[in-house]
Amino acid sequence: MHITEILFWILTALALFSALMVVSSDNPVHSVLWLILVFMAITGHYILMNAQFLAIVNMIVYAGAIMVLFLFVIMFMNLNKDSEPQKSVWLRLAAVVSGGSLLLILVAALKDNGGYINSMKGEGSIGLIKNLGNTLFTEYVVPFEISSILFLSAMVGAVVLGKKESSTPAA
Amino acid sequence: MPIIPVNYYIFLSLALFAIGIVGVLTRRNAIIIFMCIELMLNAVNILLVAFSKMHHVAAFALDKTTTVGTEAQLFVFFIMVVAAAEVTVGLAIIVMLYRNIHSVDINFLNRLKH
Repeated sequence: MHITEILFWILTALALFSALMVVSSDNPVHSVLWLILVFMAITGHYILMNAQFLAIVNMIVYAGAIMVLFLFVIMFMNLNKDSEPQKSVWLRLAAVVSGGSLLLILVAALKDNGGYINSMKGEGSIGLIKNLGNTLFTEYVVPFEISSILFLSAMVGAVVLGKKESSTPAA
Repeated sequence: MPIIPVNYYIFLSLALFAIGIVGVLTRRNAIIIFMCIELMLNAVNILLVAFSKMHHVAAFALDKTTTVGTEAQLFVFFIMVVAAAEVTVGLAIIVMLYRNIHSVDINFLNRLKH
């Protein structure tokens, strides 16, 4: 067994176990920490697939910025306690059954795909920032600029939503 | 030479997606539901990168200077951009919710029913 395959199975097991712990742990802070572990495992998968730029961006943006934002909101609201009200057992059972049957159907539909991912010598430069930046700023420069407008509107929206409401409620 | 079938990545991605769906359906905490949505977005990202790598390897065997597969990685980059914007707005909505009803339990959000 090659080292790449061993790493693949280790990272897969880590990602799936951590994802299950995200769903099943009672404390929201523990959920966030397990989700950071999922993102680290996914970063490892990106590195195995020679997508180095995406690995770094995933690490910085997801595991760094977004998860810290979640943690900040949870601690800001003082929600780090274990006493979350649970849904009824039947509802949870129905949710697990429906999610499992979706998984079953999708696996059954896609299991005959015949592609392979193998590593060749000298290959692996498309994931580097040189190639990605070159394509991003020539062919995809318009979506890139539009995404800046998206960020501006998201920033304005977050400020408007988070602003303290005035004493006289509108309507 | 290590060879991993792209099926394994499909199954990994589907399993993560299904776990995210089960989390959305079972939990009542709005923040954890939001985190499960992030998990599903990341499952899709893994799949896009795996297909990018698969096509690149197939094209690289014929042409050593090919850049096939760049677009998929840029799509993943844009998905991350959109996810970041979505998280800011979503968390602002959750904070506003908490300020109004002093809870993040989604079972209190049934006013549209009545």
